[in-house]
Amino acid sequence: MIHLFIGNLGHLFVILSFVTSLMATYAYFKASNASIEELPSRIRFARILFYLHAFSVLGIIVSLFSIISNHYYEYHYAWNHSSNTLPIHYMISSFWEGQEGSFLLWIFWHSVLGFFMIRTGKQWEASTLTVFMLVQAFLTSMILGVVIPIINIKLGSSPFILLRDAMDAPIFKTNPDFVPEDGTGLNPLLQNYWMVIHPPTLFLGFAATLVPFAFCIAGLWKKQFREWVKPALPWALFATMVLGAGIVMGAYWAYETLNFGGYWSWDPVENAVYIPWVILVASYHVMLISKNETGLKTSIILVISTFILILYSTFLTRSGILGDASVHSFTDLGLSGQLLLYLFAFLVLSIVLVIYRWKSLPSDEGEISAYSREFWIFLGVTALCLMGFQVLYTTSFPVFNAVVELFGGISNLAPPTDAPVYYSKIQLWFSVAVALISGSAQFFWWRGMNKSKLLNEFFYPVVLTMVLSSVIILTAKMTSLPYILLLTSGIYIIMTNLRIMISLFKTGFNLTGGALAHVGIGFMLIGILFSSGYSKVISLNNTGLLIFRDVPDIENRENLLLWINENQTMEGYSLMYRGQYRELKDVPEYVRSRWLRATEDPNKMVADEDIILEGKTYFQKGDTVEVYAENTFYEVEYKRENGRTFTLFPRVQVNPSMGTVFSPDIRKTLTEDLYTYASAVTDPQDEAEWSETEEIEIGLGERFFLNDYVAVLEKVTPVKEVEGYFLKDEDIAVQADIRVMGEVEEYVLNPSIVIRGEYGGRIPVVLEELGVKLTFQGIKPETEKFTFAVNTTQKDYIVLKAIQKPMINLLWFGTILMTIGLGVAMNKRFKEFRRFGKKIN
Amino acid sequence: MKKSHILGIVIIAVAIAIIISTAGDASSYVTFNEAYSMAEKGNDNLIHVVGTLKKDEQGEVIGINPSENKLSFSFIMVDNDLKEQEVFYKEPMPADFFRSEQVVVIGSYHEDLFLADQILLKCPSKYEETEVKI
Repeated sequence: MIHLFIGNLGHLFVILSFVTSLMATYAYFKASNASIEELPSRIRFARILFYLHAFSVLGIIVSLFSIISNHYYEYHYAWNHSSNTLPIHYMISSFWEGQEGSFLLWIFWHSVLGFFMIRTGKQWEASTLTVFMLVQAFLTSMILGVVIPIINIKLGSSPFILLRDAMDAPIFKTNPDFVPEDGTGLNPLLQNYWMVIHPPTLFLGFAATLVPFAFCIAGLWKKQFREWVKPALPWALFATMVLGAGIVMGAYWAYETLNFGGYWSWDPVENAVYIPWVILVASYHVMLISKNETGLKTSIILVISTFILILYSTFLTRSGILGDASVHSFTDLGLSGQLLLYLFAFLVLSIVLVIYRWKSLPSDEGEISAYSREFWIFLGVTALCLMGFQVLYTTSFPVFNAVVELFGGISNLAPPTDAPVYYSKIQLWFSVAVALISGSAQFFWWRGMNKSKLLNEFFYPVVLTMVLSSVIILTAKMTSLPYILLLTSGIYIIMTNLRIMISLFKTGFNLTGGALAHVGIGFMLIGILFSSGYSKVISLNNTGLLIFRDVPDIENRENLLLWINENQTMEGYSLMYRGQYRELKDVPEYVRSRWLRATEDPNKMVADEDIILEGKTYFQKGDTVEVYAENTFYEVEYKRENGRTFTLFPRVQVNPSMGTVFSPDIRKTLTEDLYTYASAVTDPQDEAEWSETEEIEIGLGERFFLNDYVAVLEKVTPVKEVEGYFLKDEDIAVQADIRVMGEVEEYVLNPSIVIRGEYGGRIPVVLEELGVKLTFQGIKPETEKFTFAVNTTQKDYIVLKAIQKPMINLLWFGTILMTIGLGVAMNKRFKEFRRFGKKIN
Repeated sequence: MKKSHILGIVIIAVAIAIIISTAGDASSYVTFNEAYSMAEKGNDNLIHVVGTLKKDEQGEVIGINPSENKLSFSFIMVDNDLKEQEVFYKEPMPADFFRSEQVVVIGSYHEDLFLADQILLKCPSKYEETEVKI
């Protein structure tokens, strides 16, 4: 049965939200021009429309979520992003896996922020909410899914589209009411707790950039040229904090889940959020000095740029223009035109407004002194903008190519071949500049600097920086000049800001936000410097064996081949690959694949042995267990030179939407991470290629070789039961016990044979780890020997890559400090604004 | 001259410097023949070549040659001009290599061999379900 009601309801809410956003835009626009007498009623009316809009948005979300959680697979969204076995917390992530859902998340945050704006906006409410609701109209149009009749243009892509309308499958011709039993599931890569919180955080950050933009536009529009800055400032800090935290969460997820060897790869999608964040940081720094004419003008330009860059990044990631330049851009839903329209609408609107008002902006003559805070802030902001510019320029190559082709030209610009090197070499120098400038700027900010105080204030921080850096440079044996400079400037920003913090503590904690955030930045820079600059591959192939005799210089030196149960050494460790594991539902540890047998359902397996972990029996032999079908884990034992051991389980995921994904397992210690992943394994989907059958004759107690392992036939016994066989009374079943001596453990193989009249049924055993298949062929009474058929294949192996990431914890620690610092600063600015508001009333 | 003007000039200068430095680092999409003639002229920049894996009449991928220790491999790639070229890669075979619809190799010629520094794969079905299972 098809549940049409809920989808129609959801779609109705979508249309309603679009219509109400347009109406509210108009109503707030009217209110913003209303006379004092008219104002209250106008505002009331506009608010009602806003509440209706917010209610519709909530309605869309509830409808879509109930479709997902009730497994209504007649809907494309539920079918494509969810499945029966998906736990509830991941249903939340499947909600925003698709493009429509993530738009919805963004729309939702705008509505929430809208409530705060209404509560705190006062005289700004009408003008800022006009901008807000116009943005909402554009966003809700993206999920509208309505065809405009006469011109026949489809507007938006609705999440409530039925499967039969979305897919052109033959089944729907014969049976339009067909509902699939199960969905295709959430991409297993996203089944990770970070993916539950990273997207909402990121989109809240996106949404929050609208607030300063709305204030700025409202200020220009209503000729409140200076006044808009004060209420916008705390929101800019809020956006920086949330967006920054969201970006780092995404980086952490990538570090734990993907195998590109780190937390940041300068992928276009990462760049697309990095650019607006950097410009956002620059923008609130100039907002701090907007009393100055240049400061005000720069603030206006940067606040607008931040918002436009958010739209541009949305266009890049969702229009499909990045193509295969990126690992995680969304599928093209055919929204490119609409996205471009959205981008250009606000770009043109802002530019026209700025040009129109430029002459009326307050101006003041006078030169900025090098001892003034304004001077230092401008220097820092310039560096930040240039950092953003480099990334923006290079990330836009696919756009340049597209534009040139649009005009009939040919452009084949490709991104730099080594993105990390290309970006880092410029970003590094600017980071040094930013750190030195912001370290110094704090003194000019708080201390009203002049020449005579200069030495006094800077003495201790500079001396401490010199001493500490020298110690670290010498102990870490650093030789690269750029790295030494980055370290020194990182320490400098920490020292100077700590000095400021200490003196500010006396006046009050809430003043220390800025300094604390800067200390965090310092730690982040040092963490990035060591974990990336000094990241070191230690899984070096030192066998000296050439891989291709005729091409000496492409020897693979960065991976190690580990045969199962064989010792291998790498710098500081001896290693052993110990076999494959699976992840079982409701079992806290991984379970050996050898103990489990596959069934027709990939999500279910049968236990071949009792599953006992730490004394607790979870399953008994013969039980059917539920497994996470996609994941296989490869146990690698590490032994340090001092005898200490630990075990890592790198993962291989056979992912229906992404293909096979190799994920790392990371050994985390305070000072260093050991990041390891399997760069190749025996393909879990491939059937093994068996050697030709070799027949052997052996007697009881006789030793023989099985794929180079010593084995012994211990006994042959008649049995009453054979797994998978229904035995009749007259049948004779015989089972052999063969003990195989592996390097580490012994295995007992039990091939059996069932004799029914003249026929013999043989049940072979396969020991994949050792690459052995053994079939009980028959009994030769005349010689008292038994015959077995032996097939062998390659033993199990993995190819391993291991990378050291020193001091990576400083990056995470710095991020936390920065987030707290920004929170404190934001809180202070909100309070100031509220106090300011009270004074006016 | 005001300081802000000097600052403006500095900004523009640095921005131009960034663009110029990018010009040296930016790569381009070329064919094997173009890449070969570039290498002959002594230009050893890394370039992008787009193509597919060589397949036999049954559509099976052929010409893959893994090294004995499984740590690297070579394969035959056909570029958009249908030129075949053996490509060496110093890492293990990427997952789903056989299933790729399109291959982008980033690397350069060393005499008659193309050495890939990176391989990017475009696989079908990425992100999009295309069939309804019954």
